[in-house]
Amino acid sequence: MTQFIQQMINGLHVGSIYALIALGYTMVYGIVKLINFAHGDILMVGAYVGFFALTAFNLPFGLALLAAMVLSALLGMAIDKVAYKPLRNAPRISALITALGVSMFLQNTFRLLFGANPRKMPAVFNVQPILLGDLRIPPLTIITILLSGACMVGLELIIRFTKTGKAMRGVSEDSKAAKLMGINVDRTISITFAIGSALGAVGGILYSISYYQVEPYMGMMPGLKAFVAAVLGGIGVIPGAMLGGFVIGGVESFTKGYLSTTWADAIVFSILILVLVFKPSGILGKNTKEKV
Amino acid sequence: MHKKVIQKYAVNLAGVVAVFLLILLLMGMGVVNNYMTGILIFTGINIIMAASLNLATGYLGQLVLGHAGFMAIGAYAAALFALNTEMPDLPTLVGGMAIGGAVAGLFGILIGIPALRLRGDYLGIVTLGFGEIIRIALLNLPFTGGAAGLRRIPKLVNFNILYVAVVLTITFLFLFVRSRHGRAIHSIKEDEIAAESVGIPTTFYKVYGFAVSAFLAGVGGSLFAFYQSILDPRKFTFMLSVEFFIIVVLGGMGSITGTILAALLLSFANEFLYSVENFRLVIYALLLITMMIFKPDGLLGTREFSLNGLLDRVKTLVGKSFPKSKR
Repeated sequence: MTQFIQQMINGLHVGSIYALIALGYTMVYGIVKLINFAHGDILMVGAYVGFFALTAFNLPFGLALLAAMVLSALLGMAIDKVAYKPLRNAPRISALITALGVSMFLQNTFRLLFGANPRKMPAVFNVQPILLGDLRIPPLTIITILLSGACMVGLELIIRFTKTGKAMRGVSEDSKAAKLMGINVDRTISITFAIGSALGAVGGILYSISYYQVEPYMGMMPGLKAFVAAVLGGIGVIPGAMLGGFVIGGVESFTKGYLSTTWADAIVFSILILVLVFKPSGILGKNTKEKV
Repeated sequence: MHKKVIQKYAVNLAGVVAVFLLILLLMGMGVVNNYMTGILIFTGINIIMAASLNLATGYLGQLVLGHAGFMAIGAYAAALFALNTEMPDLPTLVGGMAIGGAVAGLFGILIGIPALRLRGDYLGIVTLGFGEIIRIALLNLPFTGGAAGLRRIPKLVNFNILYVAVVLTITFLFLFVRSRHGRAIHSIKEDEIAAESVGIPTTFYKVYGFAVSAFLAGVGGSLFAFYQSILDPRKFTFMLSVEFFIIVVLGGMGSITGTILAALLLSFANEFLYSVENFRLVIYALLLITMMIFKPDGLLGTREFSLNGLLDRVKTLVGKSFPKSKR
């Protein structure tokens, strides 16, 4: 029983990180119908910014987080402007290939700049874990879950109650109609990229602290798993991404705990395939009929 | 067969033989050394891989991001076959290629039936996940040698055999995409709904095209295994799939000769950029992005280079400059 609860806590920990990253995928997909392959690498950039802020500049964690969020948001907007915007009306496969290209570009540029070897992320919340009976709850886990929760609530508030959020909902529903209503579609898309990337940066920093390292290819696996989470929850649906993230985190940690550590990733991808086969719209997604 | 058709085939055959003889001559003269022969062989394998991917991406219009997975299946199946049988070289090679292709094709059907119900980008993700699952499986299954991979696979492939294999693959693809089945596959890319409404069983043809593509990738993988004689599961990553994909995009989705051209170009570029290895992938990435923004069709688009067309053009040019006197 103790192990079960322990795995559950681990699952919540990684799950909340996946959920944060999945939000970026789902928001961008919801608004421009593009799988932003570069999102995983934006989280890598965020982690690097956090790493340098913590080590080279000795900033406190909060400021490092803020710096990573701001820079990643700017990067996300820049990528959208340079690479995706010219392809807004091109076939979707072109935009997707471009996204792959951006992803490769970020990974290899960072490898070029900072080398391929992983760097050690400082242990930020290196305090004694809280012991509850036999349970060990590291403070990092609590902070991760709280921070992710705060980000999600913040996002929900922005989307539900601000004018920008309303614009985002409008554009994702029907961008042409939104344009006719006087919504600045390009600006809304830009803001979506910014928010998604900032959340990704938070996820990236938390991920790199949890696994103690940053390296240029670190974004790939969490990026892919977060994508699986977004699809599982129903891509384009924001609560779906959160739910999917926690489910994937839980599955991963229970597989690692009870079955096998080596097969955990394979099982996550098998889930993706199964979901797409039996319910391609995801848990919370709604079915859409294709019109001629 | 019509006389003109035979003549056209003859021209193409002559071209293929001429290129082969030229390379052999250069090898004999020592202009093409062993190192360069090795590069040519890898280029040939890349051509098979990218051309087979082009069938799925360029003709069927599906985004496939796990082609390295099919290659790995073919390579491992062929290698395990060769390691567990005692046969002369040629039957081992042919048998290994057939088994590698067949197993990969079977996986293509298995993954294709559920995955091809999905729209483009989802399919890409499913194939990506599939490629990762294959890689993890190869690392962990009891009979694939784990992280150490497979060793002492007989080295059966040399340049001559590979050249024949490439020519056969390309010929097959050319005939296939122009056949009734190939045209049905092409129509799905152009407009799936319209294709369905004229009575083409789209799901069947999607799975069919996908399986043929996977089969050829398996054949490519088996050739790779028989040339390398060592298989390392870490080779078959997502990045390898992306490299094949780049070749297809650069050459033009829907142009087989474009794929050949792009594979050759990238091989030369690789050698050229060898000294700046770290920049290579950055340059590729920028190439991919600029290409999509400014020339999304690739080098040849959907056109094909045709030796006969070239000859006809030369003939008309010559005819214009030297008008024949009346007979």
